[in-house]
Amino acid sequence: MARVVVDVMLKPEILDPQGQAVQRALPRLGFTGISDVRQGKRFELEVEGPVDEAALARIHDLAESFLANTVIEDFTVKVEEVAGAAE
Amino acid sequence: MTARIGVVTFPGSLDDRDTRRAITLAGAEPVALWHKDKDLGQVDAVVLPGGFSYGDYLRAGAISRFSPVMESVIEQAKAGLPVLGICNGFQVLTEAHLLPGGMLGNDHLHFICRDQKLRVENAGTAWTGDYRQGQEIHIPLKNMDGRYVADEYTLDKLEAEGRVVFRYLDLNPNGSLRDIAGITNEAGNVVGLMPHPEHAVEPLIGTGRTDGLPFFTSILKKLVNA
Repeated sequence: MARVVVDVMLKPEILDPQGQAVQRALPRLGFTGISDVRQGKRFELEVEGPVDEAALARIHDLAESFLANTVIEDFTVKVEEVAGAAE
Repeated sequence: MTARIGVVTFPGSLDDRDTRRAITLAGAEPVALWHKDKDLGQVDAVVLPGGFSYGDYLRAGAISRFSPVMESVIEQAKAGLPVLGICNGFQVLTEAHLLPGGMLGNDHLHFICRDQKLRVENAGTAWTGDYRQGQEIHIPLKNMDGRYVADEYTLDKLEAEGRVVFRYLDLNPNGSLRDIAGITNEAGNVVGLMPHPEHAVEPLIGTGRTDGLPFFTSILKKLVNA
């Protein structure tokens, strides 16, 4: 089993009011020096079998068509850990 | 024979019954469609109603867009079938790329429910023929994810082609770019808007006005005259 992580973030030019609300709370909590916060989504996909190029390509398609809406969001795909997989 | 207008019920749809009622009041025949239906059953038009389909868990409208019924809706919309998306239905239409841009959480992060003033910017679509160009109407608005966004190029294109169908007046309730409340596709058969015309079709309810009824009489007239 391996884990593939898909991170989805609003495109930089799109207003993120959730991130702003978090950022505005920081000084009140004693955290200073953080000039911006943006909030995104993390998907952890547990994949059966090897995470080879073909599997990653399928996950990339999944992220592009479903997990992210590429009209408003960017995404990244990365393999987080490989335990007991061939290789 | 009168026009048959399908109304899709997704798990989490809220306004499907009000929409069917509005269609009846306009004089057409509402046809209940289920999200698992692959076949639209010979309807002349389709409405995707408001609500929180599939809980809006991934993004508003994102999961519904892949429901079996949407395969047929997308295919037939591209072939000219009139489709109206109201609120969650509008979100489904953007997720399905039948309409450009995307819908995000309101800029103030709150659910909003109010009587909203709008201007009809395009009375030439399949769903707005019974309005006058520039007419100002009041219909209810209620949503969490009503902020319409698109890149500058798309916004300029929509404006230049007259595809902004409705604009918010007096108050922008959710941070939608250029006060856009509703848009149409290039052919004018697919329309999406955030406010709810189906809640303003009888004087006793909603705003006390019937400013939403022309949506449903417009499509009926278009279909009967077609």
